[in-house]
Amino acid sequence: MNRWLPRTYLTLVYLLLYAPIVVLVVFSFNDSRTGYEWGGLSWRWYESLFNNRAMVEAMWNSLWLALSAATVSTVIGALTALALHRYRFRGKKVLNGMLFVVMMSPEIVLAISLLALFLLVGLQLGYVSLLLAHVTFCLPFVVITVMARLSGFDERLPEAARDLGANDFTMTRTVLIPVIMPALLAGWLLGFTLSLDDVVVSTFVSGPRYEILPLRIYSMVRVGLKPEVNALGTLLLVFSLVMLMLSQWILTRSKQ
Amino acid sequence: MIILLPLFVCPCFWKNRSLTLRAGPMKQTLLSLRNLTKQFDGKKVLDSLDLEILDGEFITLLGPSGCGKTTLLRMMAGFEHADAGSITLGGQDLTHTPPENRPLNTVFQNYALFPHMSVFDNVAYGLKMEKRPREEIQQRVKDALTMVQLEDFAKRKPHQLSGGQQQRVAIARAVIKRPKMLLLDEPLSALDYKLRRTMQVELKRLQRELGITFVFVTHDQEEALSMSDRVVVLKDGRIQQLGTPREVYERPANLFTARFVGETNFFPGRVDATNGDDTITVDVFGLKRNFRKPDFAVTRGQELHVLLRPEDIRVLAPEDHDGVAGEVVERNYKGSTLDSVIHLQDGTEVLASEFFDEDDPAFDYSLGEPVRVSWVDGWEWLLPEESADEDAPVEA
Amino acid sequence: MQQPFRTAVLVLVWGWLLFLVLAPNLLVVGASVMTRNPGSFISLPLTLDAYRQLLNPLYLDVFLHSLYMAGMTTLVCLLIGYPFAWALSKLPKQHQVLLIFLLIVPFWTNSLVRTYALKLILATNGLLNNALMAIGLIDEPMQLLYTEAAVIIGLVYLLLPFMILPLYSVFDDLKEDLLRASHDLGAGRLSTFIHVIVPLTLPGILAGVMLVLLPAMGLFFVPDILGGSRNLLVGNVIKNQFLDARNWPFGAAASIVLTVTMAFLMFAHRLSKRRIGEDST
Repeated sequence: MNRWLPRTYLTLVYLLLYAPIVVLVVFSFNDSRTGYEWGGLSWRWYESLFNNRAMVEAMWNSLWLALSAATVSTVIGALTALALHRYRFRGKKVLNGMLFVVMMSPEIVLAISLLALFLLVGLQLGYVSLLLAHVTFCLPFVVITVMARLSGFDERLPEAARDLGANDFTMTRTVLIPVIMPALLAGWLLGFTLSLDDVVVSTFVSGPRYEILPLRIYSMVRVGLKPEVNALGTLLLVFSLVMLMLSQWILTRSKQ
Repeated sequence: MIILLPLFVCPCFWKNRSLTLRAGPMKQTLLSLRNLTKQFDGKKVLDSLDLEILDGEFITLLGPSGCGKTTLLRMMAGFEHADAGSITLGGQDLTHTPPENRPLNTVFQNYALFPHMSVFDNVAYGLKMEKRPREEIQQRVKDALTMVQLEDFAKRKPHQLSGGQQQRVAIARAVIKRPKMLLLDEPLSALDYKLRRTMQVELKRLQRELGITFVFVTHDQEEALSMSDRVVVLKDGRIQQLGTPREVYERPANLFTARFVGETNFFPGRVDATNGDDTITVDVFGLKRNFRKPDFAVTRGQELHVLLRPEDIRVLAPEDHDGVAGEVVERNYKGSTLDSVIHLQDGTEVLASEFFDEDDPAFDYSLGEPVRVSWVDGWEWLLPEESADEDAPVEA
Repeated sequence: MQQPFRTAVLVLVWGWLLFLVLAPNLLVVGASVMTRNPGSFISLPLTLDAYRQLLNPLYLDVFLHSLYMAGMTTLVCLLIGYPFAWALSKLPKQHQVLLIFLLIVPFWTNSLVRTYALKLILATNGLLNNALMAIGLIDEPMQLLYTEAAVIIGLVYLLLPFMILPLYSVFDDLKEDLLRASHDLGAGRLSTFIHVIVPLTLPGILAGVMLVLLPAMGLFFVPDILGGSRNLLVGNVIKNQFLDARNWPFGAAASIVLTVTMAFLMFAHRLSKRRIGEDST
C-alpha cells in the first residue's frame, strides 16, 4: 500500500471532524441576523454575549467546574491507581469492576443513578452535586492512564527509597509522583475535557443555583438560531487552548 | 566447474596443506545474491553485496548491531526491497517476488507466534494457506510437533509456553512447509545461557536431519563458530570475510574480523629482512623473530600487525631472555584456564590464557609480579597496516 | 509508619466508589421495581409494572428504532474508525501523539454547541445545501434536518473518537512481526487480514462498540436538536420519564435494559481478550 493513501484518508477525516468547529468559529464573527449568509466580519455576537450576564456566568461556571472536577478526580484517581498497584487488600477485583462499570456505562445511566442518590440523601442540586458527579465519571479514565504508566516502571525505585528511610507518604511524594507525572497530566486533561463536554449528566444533577452552559443554551439551540452560541463555543475553545499552553509553559519552566 | 573456482583462487588452498576442507560432496549454489544495495535515511545499510549460499549448508551472518545482517536476512525473506541488485534462487529471480510466494521460511527473533491460535493452529497455518486437505494437515502437524518434542502441547496457547518451547513451535511452523531455505533471525538471543547451548546443538542436529539450508543471524561470535559450516562476517553493509569458522578465527582477513571474533593481541612489528626460505624476520618489541611469509607483499622497513590469540601467549619467568618484560596487572581463575592481563613496559596490554599444568602445583601469578611474555613462532598471524578507508572483502 | 497513609487512601477510594457508584446503581435497580408516586417519586409496594410498561408497543417501537439508529451509528463509526486507527498507528510516534491530541480538542467546545454547529450545516438553507447547490450537484435543497440520517450523523460526529481510541490502542500493540510471519507462511494480504489482523484487533472493536453503541442510545440532546420528535432515542424516553413525567420506576426500568446490554457486551469483550491470552485477571 503506498504511503499517501493512509495520509489522505486521515486528512479527510480530520477535515470532517473539524468542519463544524471551523463553522463555529467563522460564523461567530458573522455580521448577519439570519445566520446562514455571510454578512461580513463583526464582533456583535461577542458583545451580545457579554451583555448577557446569565450566559457569561454559565460559561465561567462550566470552566470552573471542569477545572475543579479534573483536579479532584486526578488526585483521587492517582491515589486509587497507586493503591491498586502497590497495596495488597481484599476486594481488588470488586474495585476494578466498579471502575470499569463507571467507564463503560452510558452517561444517562450514570446520570439517573446519581440523581436518585442525591435526592435520597437530600443533597441540594448545585455545585456540589455537579462536582461529585463529574469527578465520578472522570475517575476511571485517570485511573487507567496512571495505571498504564505504573505498570511500566521500575519497582526498585520505591524500595530503594524505603531502604534509605523514607516512610510511605514521603516515598510516594518524592519518588512515585514525579514518575507518574506525565500520566497525571494526561489524566487531568482527559478529565477536564470530559467535564467541559458533558451534557447528559449535567442535565440531570444540576440545580438552579449553579447554572452551567448546557442548560443555559439548551432551549436556545432547540428552537432557532442564536449566533451568540457560536461566540460561546469559540470562547470556550480559545480559553481551553490558552490554559493548556499556559500549563505547558509553567511545566517547562518548573523543570529548570 | 564454477564450484571449484573459489578453491583455485584461494591462496590457502595452495600454501596451507593443514587447512582441512570440509568433508562431504561439493555443494551447489542455492541462493545467489548479487550487488545488493540498500539505503535508509541516506545511510548505506547494504553496500553492493555479493554472496552465494550453498545448498544444505549452515551459514551464519555475523556482525555487530547495524552491520546489515538482519536487513540482509529480511531481504532474502522478502520483507525488504533492495534499492539495487538481484536475488536468485535456483535460477528463479526472486528480487520482486512477495514473501508469500517465496519458497523460504523465517524463524523470527521473538518467535512471532500468533497469540490467538493454539500451537496446532500456529504450526498448521502455513499448510492451511496452501489449502492442503485436512487429513494431510493433521498428520504433518503431528509429525512436526513430534520432531520438536512438543506432541502434547498441541492445544496450548503461546502464552502458556516457556521461551524455549515457543521457539520450538516457531521452528516447527517454519519447517513444516519444507522450504528450500530456513532463515533464522537471532532466534536464541532471548534464551538464557544453558538453554541457548542446548538449542544450539538441537538446531545443528535438526539442520543435518532435514538437510535444509539454514541461514542464521547472530551477533554472538561463539555461537557462530560453534554452529556454522561457513561464517559471513559483516560490517557496515559489506562482507569482511567469508569462510569456515576455523578460517575466520585463525586467519582473519582484516583487523575488524580479528577483533570481532574472539580476543586478540595486536603487536606492532617492523620487517627487518625477507629471507629466502619463505620466512621473514620481524622486530617485535625489540625481539627479532622469524615468521612465515604472509600472503601480502612485504618490504624491508614495512610496519605490520602481529596477531596472537591469548592462548598462543607464553608467560615466562622474568629471567628468560626470550620474551618481553612486563608486569601482571590482572589475574582471573577461569576453572580450566588461568587468564591474565600483563602490562608491558611501554604500556601495551597483553591478554594471556594458559591451561593449568597438572605437574606444576605452584602455577599461579600474583598481582604486580614481573614476568616475560613470549609465544611460539609459527602460531602468529600477520596483517598489513590498514588505512582509514574500507578494505576489500576477502574470500578465504 | 505506613499504616495511616495507606488506611486513609483506602478509606477514601472505597468510600467514594461505594457511595457514588455501587449505591446509586442499587437504587436504580430498586426504583425499577417500585410503584410510581407523584409525591416522593417512588413508593412501595414492589411491582413489575414498570417492566410491563416497557413492552407497550409504543415504547417497544422507540426502543427498537433507537437500537437501529445506535447500531447504524456504531457501524459507520467502525467503518470510518478502523482504517483511521490503522493508518494512525503506522505514523511516526511523535505525529501520533499530536494527532490524538487533535482528536480531543473539539471536545472543548461543549457537545451541545457542536451539535448546534451541525444544525447550521445541515439545515435546508444551511451551509451544506448552499455549497452543493453552488457547485451544481443538486438543484433543490435536500431535507437533512429532522431526519433519521441527521441523528445518525450527529451521533457519529460526537462518538467517532470513542471508536478510534480503543482501536488505535490495539493497532499500536499489533506487532509487525506477526504480519511478516503470516506473509512468510504463504498468506496474502486478504488472508492476513482475516486470519491475523481481525482476530487480534477484536478486543478493540468490541471496546469501541461498547463505547459507542450505548451512549448512542442515550444522547438525548441530539434528536432534540437535529432529529425532531420522530427519531427519539431511549435516552429521550428516560429523560422524559425522570424529569418530566416523574415516572421513576419506568425510567429506571428502561435504564436497566441499557445496563443489561452493557453487561452482555462487557462479557463478550472479556472473552475476546481471553482468547488472545490477554486476560489480566
